[in-house]
Amino acid sequence: MSTNKEYIQIEREKEWRVELRKTIANKERTAKERVRMPEMDPQERIKYQDREVNIGLSADQAQGEATRCLDCANPTCIEGCPVSINIPKFVKYIEAGKFLDAAKTLKETSALPAVCGRVCPQEKQCEASCFYTQKMKKDPVAIGHLERFAADYERESGFMSVPEVAPANGIKIAAIGSGPASLSFAGDMIKLGYDVTVFEALHEIGGVLKYGIPEFRLPNKIVDVELDNLQKMGVKFVRNFIVGKTASFDDLKEEGFEAFFVASGAGLPRFMNIPGENYNGILSSNEYLTRVNLMNAAKDEFDTPVIKGKTVAVIGGGNTAMDSVRTAKRLGAERAIIVYRRSRAEMPARVEEVHHAEEEGIEFINLANPIEYFADEKGKVNRMRVQRMGLGEPDASGRRRPIVLEGSEYDIPVDLVVVAVGVSPNPLIPSEVKELKVSKWGTIEVTEETMQSSIPEMFAGGDIVRGGATVILAMGDGRKAAANMDEYLQKKLKK
Amino acid sequence: MNQIVEKVLFSEKVAKFVVDAPRIAKSRKPGHFVILRVDEKGERIPLTIAGADPVKGTIVLVVQKMGVSSAKLFELEVGDSILDLVGPLGKATHIHQAGTVLACGGGVGVAPMLPIVEGFKKAGNRVISIIAARNKDLIILEDEIRQWSDETIVMTDDGSYGTKGLVTAGAEMIIQREKVNECIAIGPAVMMKFTSLLTKKYEIPTQASLNAIMVDGTGMCGACRVSVGGNTYFTCIDGPEFDAHQIDFDELIMRLGGYSNEEKLAYERYV
Ligand SMILES: Cc1cc2nc3c(=O)[nH]c(=O)nc-3n(C[C@H](O)[C@H](O)[C@H](O)COP(=O)(O)OP(=O)(O)OC[C@H]3O[C@@H](n4cnc5c(N)ncnc54)[C@H](O)[C@@H]3O)c2cc1C
Ligand SMILES: Cc1cc2nc3c(=O)[nH]c(=O)nc-3n(C[C@H](O)[C@H](O)[C@H](O)COP(=O)(O)OP(=O)(O)OC[C@H]3O[C@@H](n4cnc5c(N)ncnc54)[C@H](O)[C@@H]3O)c2cc1C
Ligand code: SF4
Ligand code: FES
Repeated sequence: MSTNKEYIQIEREKEWRVELRKTIANKERTAKERVRMPEMDPQERIKYQDREVNIGLSADQAQGEATRCLDCANPTCIEGCPVSINIPKFVKYIEAGKFLDAAKTLKETSALPAVCGRVCPQEKQCEASCFYTQKMKKDPVAIGHLERFAADYERESGFMSVPEVAPANGIKIAAIGSGPASLSFAGDMIKLGYDVTVFEALHEIGGVLKYGIPEFRLPNKIVDVELDNLQKMGVKFVRNFIVGKTASFDDLKEEGFEAFFVASGAGLPRFMNIPGENYNGILSSNEYLTRVNLMNAAKDEFDTPVIKGKTVAVIGGGNTAMDSVRTAKRLGAERAIIVYRRSRAEMPARVEEVHHAEEEGIEFINLANPIEYFADEKGKVNRMRVQRMGLGEPDASGRRRPIVLEGSEYDIPVDLVVVAVGVSPNPLIPSEVKELKVSKWGTIEVTEETMQSSIPEMFAGGDIVRGGATVILAMGDGRKAAANMDEYLQKKLKK
Repeated sequence: MNQIVEKVLFSEKVAKFVVDAPRIAKSRKPGHFVILRVDEKGERIPLTIAGADPVKGTIVLVVQKMGVSSAKLFELEVGDSILDLVGPLGKATHIHQAGTVLACGGGVGVAPMLPIVEGFKKAGNRVISIIAARNKDLIILEDEIRQWSDETIVMTDDGSYGTKGLVTAGAEMIIQREKVNECIAIGPAVMMKFTSLLTKKYEIPTQASLNAIMVDGTGMCGACRVSVGGNTYFTCIDGPEFDAHQIDFDELIMRLGGYSNEEKLAYERYV
């Protein structure tokens, strides 16, 4: 860590940074209000599944916001970032108007800044540990918005650089799954000269970025640009290929693959196992979002159907729940309701999404949990029974534990229910590779420093290792695995 | 992209496709299925692998025209390609030495039954097959089934071919005639339900292969959930075959109707 600290200090002492700090007094910097992200009007945006809510900062707005940053001697924001992006450096480049340099700084650490700027829970990470939040009790520097600005600027400038690739070393390696963990892994390995193939079970590349997170939050074109870049660098993508089924690891080894990075995600949806949960009109958020995002079910010219409920209840309080409920609103629901067993403060969703959902007219029923569903004579859900909850002592996660209030049941009429109560690790690979060590939760066990599994040539990262986590952690794992797999393979080569 | 190398019409509504898919041809086992998407706008639909030639690198699919997606596939000709095809999916059939095996196939369910019948025969079992359909036109793969069965009984609802009557009548006749050690039922949900009720009465272990509605086929969505022995399973990864006596067939039948309004609308738009 200390080397990283030194590097950050060296960067901070560069002349341009020293000069820039002097141009405006700190008092003036801290007097400014945090920039407000321009967004589409709520009444207008709920008509479109594929129009992004956040419009993005203008160059002026971005520079103004970057000016707020104090370029601290001890930049605590970096400690809040799971991959330790050099935040003040990129922010100061924005202040200096060097937007492409800002983007380059982001790419030193983050493989997908345009994605992370949009979906990271900044309010729990960098922005939570910003000097403004910590010491001044003020709104933090809008680090997330600035990250997005720099990445978008680079993409739209036409100066998006395709990183240099080392001469091919002819060593074949495979990445399994095509979510953020795999994409960042593939980017690093191709740069090192490896022959990289990414295998994806679905017909689209991108993992949750494509089938889960809706376009009103993360437009597909943002992800596609990154995929294009990887392809230009030489990464091969194979769709419709389930490793462990279409071909086994042994088959792939025979074909010359020398090492594997397993990033198969946490795709298995959980249900609550309460009476009536298998009625029609009750589905997992994965099914609902996959139908709409991957299969385009809301558009008439596509064949996949989706039920368009008038009253839609979404169970859960995470990002997946917010994405589902806002999708339901966009598909014409008159009432789109979040039913969550804890209070507002405990919701794991990004604060911005909860805020956007509110603006869009989403109803929140907090401290309530469904206990049974009822259906019409055809088996289509028409009513749900919920139970009120109170909050008890904090549990292992530090959040107060919901407790049942006996005798508090009441019914809500519904015609579509989306269950978004979490996901479990994808069991496909652990069940196909018997020697692979997995935890009791079904996650693949790895050595934390190296991301290497119990099988030496197999590395793993992202949600298959962590359970449902975040894009940035998945990405960080991909990079760490790449560095360590490279070391492992080079050592093996020398022997 | 997977090219169609052969197409055989079994009837106006049922066709066999031989499709280029070398990887799957090599790795598939009886009981496995694929998910395919005919074109960019298409749905992902599951179809059982009815046979494979690992040398030529082809698999056999038999499809019955039901709604938009099966109709779109049905229209493809030799030389056309299927946009996306992934597999093999599901758990393979547990093929073992059981003794006498009674295989009951209804309608297009005879296609997925074929490799299972072949497997049990090759494992040294006595195999009796009953293939049933509404009428003569819908009886498929009779010769192929006969090739791997010690005895084959054909039944039609209307008596236009073979014996008149339902699968269950034929099955009961066999069960009363001789000792049956294991039964397999593949076909419409209602047919599997009644076959299962029958074999339960005689306490014959029975496997049914379920045709739940699916989206991804990899365990990601839960569209294919089914209740077996009071627990919820995902047909695509835990099945498609389950202990028939434990399956909640009424729930399966209800769930198969889950999108019937949307499907009807889609079909009307299509034609
Ligand atoms: C609706 C939704 C909203 C979210 N919102 C946010 C957010 O706002 N911010 C945030 O940080 N995180 C969010 N997350 C979580 C985040 O998306 C995940 O943590 C992240 O995508 C995990 O990345 P991954 O690379 O591990 O796997 P995934 O993105 O899950 O990708 C795994 C891929 O592997 C494929 N696969 C699985 N098995 C095989 C196999 N055997 N062979 C080939 N391919 C296989 C799967 O089909 C899948 O495409 C959200 C998740 C969801 C579902
Ligand atoms: C594991 C598995 C293996 C299968 N193997 C085969 C096969 O080998 N050959 C074959 O022809 N079909 C098979 N099926 C069924 C096939 O997938 C469906 O017939 C097909 O998806 C229907 O799509 P469609 O758009 O043409 O019809 P839709 O418009 O979706 O449906 C038309 C009508 O069929 C009913 N229906 C919808 N889905 C199903 C279903 N899964 N089963 C029964 N009825 C349904 C609907 O209620 C509706 O009345 C299999 C299904 C599963 C799950
Ligand atoms: S802690 Fe906040 S103010 Fe300090 S360098 Fe980081 S972003 Fe800028
Ligand atoms: S089809 Fe999606 S989980 Fe089975």
